[in-house]
Amino acid sequence: MKYLDEYRDAEAARRYAREIARVTTRPWSIMEVCGGQTHSILKFGLDQLLPEGVTLIHGPGCPVCVTPLELIDQALEIAARPNVIFCSFGDMLRVPGSTADLLSVKASGGDVRMVYSPLDAVNIAAENPGREVVFFGVGFETTAPATAMAVCQAARKGLKNFTILVSHVLVPPAMEAILSSAHCRVQGFLAAGHVCAVMGCLEYAPIAARYHVPIVVTGFEPLDILQGVWMCIAQLEQGRAEVENQYARAVRQAGNLPAQELMRQVFTVAPRKWRGIGEIPRSGLALNEVYSAFDAAKRFGLSDRAVPEPAECLSGLVLQGRIKPPECPAFGQRCTPEHPLGAPMVSSEGACAAYHRYRGLAAMAGA
Amino acid sequence: MVGSSAMCLAIPGRVTSITGDDPVWRTGKVDFGGVLKEVSLACVPEVKIGDYVIVHVGFALSRVDEDEAMKVFEYLKQMEELAGLQEGGP
Repeated sequence: MKYLDEYRDAEAARRYAREIARVTTRPWSIMEVCGGQTHSILKFGLDQLLPEGVTLIHGPGCPVCVTPLELIDQALEIAARPNVIFCSFGDMLRVPGSTADLLSVKASGGDVRMVYSPLDAVNIAAENPGREVVFFGVGFETTAPATAMAVCQAARKGLKNFTILVSHVLVPPAMEAILSSAHCRVQGFLAAGHVCAVMGCLEYAPIAARYHVPIVVTGFEPLDILQGVWMCIAQLEQGRAEVENQYARAVRQAGNLPAQELMRQVFTVAPRKWRGIGEIPRSGLALNEVYSAFDAAKRFGLSDRAVPEPAECLSGLVLQGRIKPPECPAFGQRCTPEHPLGAPMVSSEGACAAYHRYRGLAAMAGA
Repeated sequence: MVGSSAMCLAIPGRVTSITGDDPVWRTGKVDFGGVLKEVSLACVPEVKIGDYVIVHVGFALSRVDEDEAMKVFEYLKQMEELAGLQEGGP
């Protein structure tokens, strides 16, 4: 496919790796903040092409993985109600809540449907006026405009039976939370290309300056990631800390202005709890006053009660980049994609699932 | 892959037709290597038939800039030339 295959050229990847080795004089730790990038890195073995001492740390880049347990429990509670059609992206269905997951709710008679787009959920609501249709709005800034558009369309259609359980999170506050942690090992970032396709690059400049870290907006294909790593190391070697854009074919400096306007119209910035990290101020989106009638938590009168994480799952440390998945004692033993303890083993782009899929037993032996 | 994703997975496809003037309902058929899907073009008003767009959960996020798309390769070539000059220089 055009704009995909050419960025997977193995020979060009090896040439990029050679150039990275040429500019690297010291060990460096670089965090990628997108699960899609983590997945590419492991799938194509990009980490193994890098010079000794250059480490890629996998950040909290999987929105499914950072969705807190209490919100998953809320989803389960709504989905189990008799008159509800609960719509979700596929990778949310097997994420374990405290007692069950959405698939098991479906198995015991709940009407849980996998949708490709939030806009599909709006159509389901229009076709089923006698039922309450709820969409589980999970995702970063990449996904938020589509959710916002679903709310706009539902409002324009005058749908009274459509609501959203909103769990949208924002990337820059999470990067700041990681950088201000005492355990922070991150010296440079690959920022998430599709988040920036929506939001642009400008909001990262204050972070680069305040924490003196280079931030390179990077795409998802092997050559994108290798070029992003090269640009980041070049900055580190030269003592620079700037925002650069590797992924300019999709990312404009100011981002997608109509999409940002759409988000402003529907959402307001709110504090949000991140699984494994805790509450981060101004790190999420909630429906604003004008659209509060579309808020599923309000419609179903759900309370926000804290639920403890299972002690055996170290996903909090994984999501902060403090350990790699194979360092968790449960990895591949008590926790597998078939029987996951935590979300990063479930989601197709969770770091644990990526290691399990592409490194398998080798990862455990090498840990 | 379970078919749909909250993740930032988004793929490029070519716009083959466009329907609707009102931005909220503006959609297009997008060709992903032979698979056609209906996609919201609400936030990419500049897109024309034949353009490539980056699509995430049925929603076009941006138009692919063809000139920028080649820069990954140009950049690599320039780096190698520069390295060659430095190594082969006086």
